[in-house]
Amino acid sequence: MTDHNHSDTLIPDEGLAPASTALPTADVLEELATPPRSQWRDVWDQFKTHKGAMLGAVLFIFIVAAVYLGPYLWTIDPTQIDIRSRNQGPSFAHPFGTDQLGRDIMARMMSGGQTSVSVGITAMLLALFLGSFIGVVAGFFRRLDGPLMRLTDLFLALPLLPLLLVMMLLFREPLSAAFGLERGIFILIVCAIGITSWMPTARIVRGDVLAIKEREFVLAARSIGTSNSQIITRHILPNVLSPIMVSATLGIATAIITESALSFLGLGFPPDFPTWGRLLFDGVDYLQQYPERVFWPGLAISLTVLSVNYLGDGLRDALDPRIRGR
Amino acid sequence: MLNFTIRRLILAVPTLLFISLVIFLLLELAPGDPMAQVPLTVPPEVKEKMREALGLGQPMHIRFWKWIVQFFWIEPQVLVDAMFGTTFSEGDLRVISWQTRSPVMDIVVQRIPQTLWVVGTAYVVAILIALPIGIYSAYRQYSWFDQMGTFVSMIGFSVPPFFSGVLVIVIFSVQLGWFPSIYDTTLVVNSWDSFVLQLKQMIMPVMVLALQITAQLSRFMRASMLDNLNQDYVRTARAKGLSEYTVVMVHVLRNSMIPVVTVIALGIPAIFGGAIITEQVFKVNGIGQLLIGAIQANDLPMVQTLTFIFAVLIVLFNLIADVLYGILDPRIRYD
Repeated sequence: MTDHNHSDTLIPDEGLAPASTALPTADVLEELATPPRSQWRDVWDQFKTHKGAMLGAVLFIFIVAAVYLGPYLWTIDPTQIDIRSRNQGPSFAHPFGTDQLGRDIMARMMSGGQTSVSVGITAMLLALFLGSFIGVVAGFFRRLDGPLMRLTDLFLALPLLPLLLVMMLLFREPLSAAFGLERGIFILIVCAIGITSWMPTARIVRGDVLAIKEREFVLAARSIGTSNSQIITRHILPNVLSPIMVSATLGIATAIITESALSFLGLGFPPDFPTWGRLLFDGVDYLQQYPERVFWPGLAISLTVLSVNYLGDGLRDALDPRIRGR
Repeated sequence: MLNFTIRRLILAVPTLLFISLVIFLLLELAPGDPMAQVPLTVPPEVKEKMREALGLGQPMHIRFWKWIVQFFWIEPQVLVDAMFGTTFSEGDLRVISWQTRSPVMDIVVQRIPQTLWVVGTAYVVAILIALPIGIYSAYRQYSWFDQMGTFVSMIGFSVPPFFSGVLVIVIFSVQLGWFPSIYDTTLVVNSWDSFVLQLKQMIMPVMVLALQITAQLSRFMRASMLDNLNQDYVRTARAKGLSEYTVVMVHVLRNSMIPVVTVIALGIPAIFGGAIITEQVFKVNGIGQLLIGAIQANDLPMVQTLTFIFAVLIVLFNLIADVLYGILDPRIRYD
């Protein structure tokens, strides 16, 4: 991290006399005695005070761990069909019960969660990359600002859910033919969500870049002959990291919800390939007899999104220097 | 203001044209064949004729132009004809659905009332709930009411409609048996009993949609109130000896409503999009379900038209929000 992050705290007060003439007060001496704190330490301290955010972070880490590490402990194959023990209620052998083909629901929840969480994170990364790139370019190069922001406005005016559905319908076959069924649909869903959700990030990042670009340290960097690409990567990007991080958390939440919605409408992954949305969709057929089959995947989706939202909320507070001081 | 409105209206034309082009190209460049469902026993020359009958024989730009003409010139004429009994559109070719072989717009017009009823009621209910919650949460910031409001709206954000919808079906129709889980569109309200039935079947979809909207609106209302509550003019109003009610409900509320009103306007098209899922859950046969059905049946003209209607709604309400902002807030001058 570069020094420029500290420009908020390091600029001396205007009223302060030069250090050589002023008597060092006890306050200043004490300040000099304590070692300097890094910005991330401050952020972490502020983050810790937000109970909801801490809870959200713990919950999210727990869900991700359960989904990725769980299959090592719970070794039943999610696709193993055991027709004799179908439609069972919760028991020690199957804590969440079994479905209409006797597949273990807990194992299916884990493998479904892997897909949902990886789709969420990958789609978020794609959207974040697109959004930050367009935002930085639009904010930094004045000539590109107009066209790029018009493009963002146009994308914002597109009806996203209908378009996503149309994309899923139209590109499903060719992509699954090219990359294999599951991988093809994974790529399709991630790209579709990424392409349709970068706009808010781009707008926020552009606004911040516009403000930061005018600051003295950018001028200083330019005056010693730093190239544009270096100014962007070394001076601008670290300073717009906080809005990017906040929209990253919110991006995971929307991506998971969108993927589940697509699966729920029957346009996501193929039926034998579980995701949380797909499990929910399959459970709706047995709503009357086994309502718990709908409950578990729905709860998993909601808890993940809730934890990520709280995480983002706390992160926003922690990364905002105006709030952090208080 | 009028100048601004006219300028925005003119700017909306290229936006809409671009969006229609995007939708058209997306459908066009997608490697799917509308003839894929036709049995293999049909000879190729017959298939070619069928293709031409669907209007697929011509080059891309001509078909785009034809679609534009049909949508912007012929369909409005049909509307005028239907309203005033004139015959402007006689003999003109309309956008035809591949599923039903009937004009797309006729089907859309049949479906819109159901969507409007459910979505519109949900929006009104949500506004009526969200505004008081937002006002009181801001007035008593960090009270238990405010904390509860924050938590409930977080849940409203996080629980997707396809889960909350299914959940209320499990609770209220499977377990308790209070409400029907399927929306009956053929119900004609002509007596007290049928009115009660209509009310019963609307409660659940409205509840699910309203929860989401309330979550967003109440947070926004709260933030907007908080921005205003610490302003100087509030202190002045209190110093003048105005009652607390007048200060909050007249002075602060009126100023806080400016951004909230525009957000309400901006949210309307998003609600139409979000209602796709809710309609699917409760089997309301509105335009959302029409879209899903058309997508599954590969009915491209229908998909194209519906997607474009959603786009028109977004552009229109963006425009309305901008104009409203200028009207409500005299400090904002676009000219």
